[in-house]
Amino acid sequence: MSGTDRELVAHLMRRAGFGATQDEIEALAQREYEDIVEDLLNPERFPAPEEDVARRYWIALNNPDGPNYPAYWIYRMVNTKRPTEEKMTLFWHHLFPTSAGKSSDPPSSNVQIETFRRNALADFETILKDLARDPAMIYFLDNSENHNGEPNENWGRELLELFSMGVGNYTETDIKNASRAFTGWTFTQPIPLDPYARYPSEFLYLEDDHDDGEKIFLGETGSFNGDDIIAIIVKQTATAKFLSRHLYNFFVADEPQVPAWDIVPPIDQDAIDMMVKTYIDSKGDITAILRTLFNSEFFKNAQFKKVKSPTELVVGTVKLAGGMKFPEPGHTGMAAATAAMGQGLQLPPTVEGWHTGKEWIDGGTLTERVNFAVNQLSDTSADSTRKIVESLSAADGTASPTQLVEACVAATGCTNVTDETRSALIDSATSGGDLSFDTEAATESSAARIASMLQSIVSSIEYQFA
Amino acid sequence: MVTTNGKAPTLVVVQLAGGNDFMNTIIPYSNGLYYDYRPTVRIAEDTVLPINDELAFNPNVGPLKELYDAGDMAIIQGVGYENSSRSHFRGMDIWHTCEPNSVATEGWVGKAIRELDPSGDNSLTAINFGRGLPRAMVAGGATATSIGDLDTYGLMTGVQAEQQRTQALDLFQRIYTPAIGTGPVQQYLAQTGVDVLRGAEILKNGIVDYSSNVEYDDNPIAKSLRDVSRVHIADLGTRIFYTHHGGYDTHANELPTHPKLLTDLSQAIGDFFQDLRNHNASENVVMLVFTEFGRRVQDNHSGTDHGAGGGAFVIGDRVNGGLHGAYPSLNLKDLEFGDLRHTYDFRGLYATLLEQWMGVDASPIVGGTYEQLPLLSRA
Repeated sequence: MSGTDRELVAHLMRRAGFGATQDEIEALAQREYEDIVEDLLNPERFPAPEEDVARRYWIALNNPDGPNYPAYWIYRMVNTKRPTEEKMTLFWHHLFPTSAGKSSDPPSSNVQIETFRRNALADFETILKDLARDPAMIYFLDNSENHNGEPNENWGRELLELFSMGVGNYTETDIKNASRAFTGWTFTQPIPLDPYARYPSEFLYLEDDHDDGEKIFLGETGSFNGDDIIAIIVKQTATAKFLSRHLYNFFVADEPQVPAWDIVPPIDQDAIDMMVKTYIDSKGDITAILRTLFNSEFFKNAQFKKVKSPTELVVGTVKLAGGMKFPEPGHTGMAAATAAMGQGLQLPPTVEGWHTGKEWIDGGTLTERVNFAVNQLSDTSADSTRKIVESLSAADGTASPTQLVEACVAATGCTNVTDETRSALIDSATSGGDLSFDTEAATESSAARIASMLQSIVSSIEYQFA
Repeated sequence: MVTTNGKAPTLVVVQLAGGNDFMNTIIPYSNGLYYDYRPTVRIAEDTVLPINDELAFNPNVGPLKELYDAGDMAIIQGVGYENSSRSHFRGMDIWHTCEPNSVATEGWVGKAIRELDPSGDNSLTAINFGRGLPRAMVAGGATATSIGDLDTYGLMTGVQAEQQRTQALDLFQRIYTPAIGTGPVQQYLAQTGVDVLRGAEILKNGIVDYSSNVEYDDNPIAKSLRDVSRVHIADLGTRIFYTHHGGYDTHANELPTHPKLLTDLSQAIGDFFQDLRNHNASENVVMLVFTEFGRRVQDNHSGTDHGAGGGAFVIGDRVNGGLHGAYPSLNLKDLEFGDLRHTYDFRGLYATLLEQWMGVDASPIVGGTYEQLPLLSRA
């Protein structure tokens, strides 16, 4: 075998990244599937996105608390040559949702996202240990209020319930003792940075405020500190299962919402078992687990089985239109767009994070999704339209309505439109007759029809699926 | 139930997300145990707004106290259920689905919508204001609309040319015609798309004439309730409104944060009812204010952790105001793992509102028969 099916490439790039343009898909289709996966799992093979330009345009980024981070993050997602690194950064934000909206001046959520990116493909123990030291998380779940003799259970509970093992795998006593083990884990007060902004807070361990007494946790006894608790957590099979199911839900197909997980079995138990085995064999190495996932048949067979998250929809559509290649002040609107669709980056609704899958969609969010995508593609000078003008006009100066539809469907990442939708699109195209590219005026009018056709496809039901 | 202004009874549900601290909302101010349990996160006795010799309102809920004094607000004490979940996620899910022991996909409001509008003819029968449709409003065959921003609600609003927009909407309608055999999520999307098309048109035409001399504050709950008011006054057949007020998960710094939440909430509710009354549109409205659980009795020196039993409010012209149910005991031996033990099952509260107000048979919706309260006065 040589090369990879285009639909499969488009699928892999939608899931492991944020979608690919038609040109990128053509280039990747020349390569073997497993080689594409290895490139995705080894981001260091490709240069990191250049930050200098972005920082000069969005000056507030130089402030660790700067408000432009979500727009900058979206800019990275659109332009990165390391799509899986960025996608996993978003995954960790889904799994460890920390809201920057708890107070007017919380410890920097931007620093937290940078940590998620640094650890995007690390091992789970490292990831949890850095999470437990992250000032934004410590503040968000009140571990700075978790004192020797006065435990605050917020972090201890969510670490077990939402971040590692899931309900049903520990007792209330385990929560209390995990919380005791994290007493004294806090952060430094931010130092002002004149004339504005602050140096970021850093992790601070206060030995005096730490409860050094004996604790029983998940059947083990010792005078555990926080790292000991995490070391015990990551060797639990429950943790392997919980993380695998989250990865499956994020990359493969929509699972029910997390509170159902101790009652409703996974969609594909064999798939979870396969990932759990890799977790155990590799001691929780995320790269190894993703290698198993992306190369599996269950992944390859899961095309369009997920509802796109707002971030996936926005980034994928911007990439399609060829937008955001260079930082501009107006790009903060992109962050507002994902928020309006129900996913404000750095502003998850609660510590449980976003409800995914079908729950992304209701009348309000569908309206936002459709209107956003339509507006992105309205300009006939957008890449998406220009490329199709090029390809359709290349033949003999005209194109049939069916050619118009097929070219536009292919350009949107091989969207799998149903027969009904395809005939609706063709009927609509037919009412305008053949496209002509004879004259400049004819080309402009054909370009407008191409843009309209793309708008109809990105507002379709099918386009809502990844 | 028929209301005297001849309009169909309407329910407004306000969800306080995060677990409202009932003990600091309706305060047992003459009980010494309250001060023992709450060395830090307490409301000073001389600032509370007394209801009687035992209980008092938080000082920041003046507008609610006015509604209470006028006999229009019922306080339902000790609401909860057996083995309360201390997880927000699961706790809210239980409140939404009435299923404490298994995971259900259908919500109580959704099931009620299905009864109120079995054919799904009016896509505005139930409206959520906020981002994301709550599980409570989801049920097969139930039509619910969710509006993030009432002022910009509508499809293809960015397509300038009128003819082009009409064409795009026609094609959209054809693509979103529910098709058999495409899968349940696809069908849900199709139905949602069709409902948006219909609902947006009706809403746009309906709310143009709204004007009000009530000036709502600039905060999320005030904006949501103002939107509820605009649509209710437009009289578009909406029977259930739902909205959400977040931020009640006060593990830390409760003393500055909780009063601000209560201030915003109570002012918004007060303004809302004033607005409705000014438009002679209050009489067929009852509001339910609930939260997923109360908070830990003992404070943690900064805030309060997740608890169990809590409280709810039912407000409206036709409500039998006053205290209903029993305030949970603060005695140590009566607590459930350090939390208030519920004295009244929340499913009875839903049943009361469904049967006595909305005129819908409650037991299939709440999953059984639960004690109802005499909350609503007959016409």
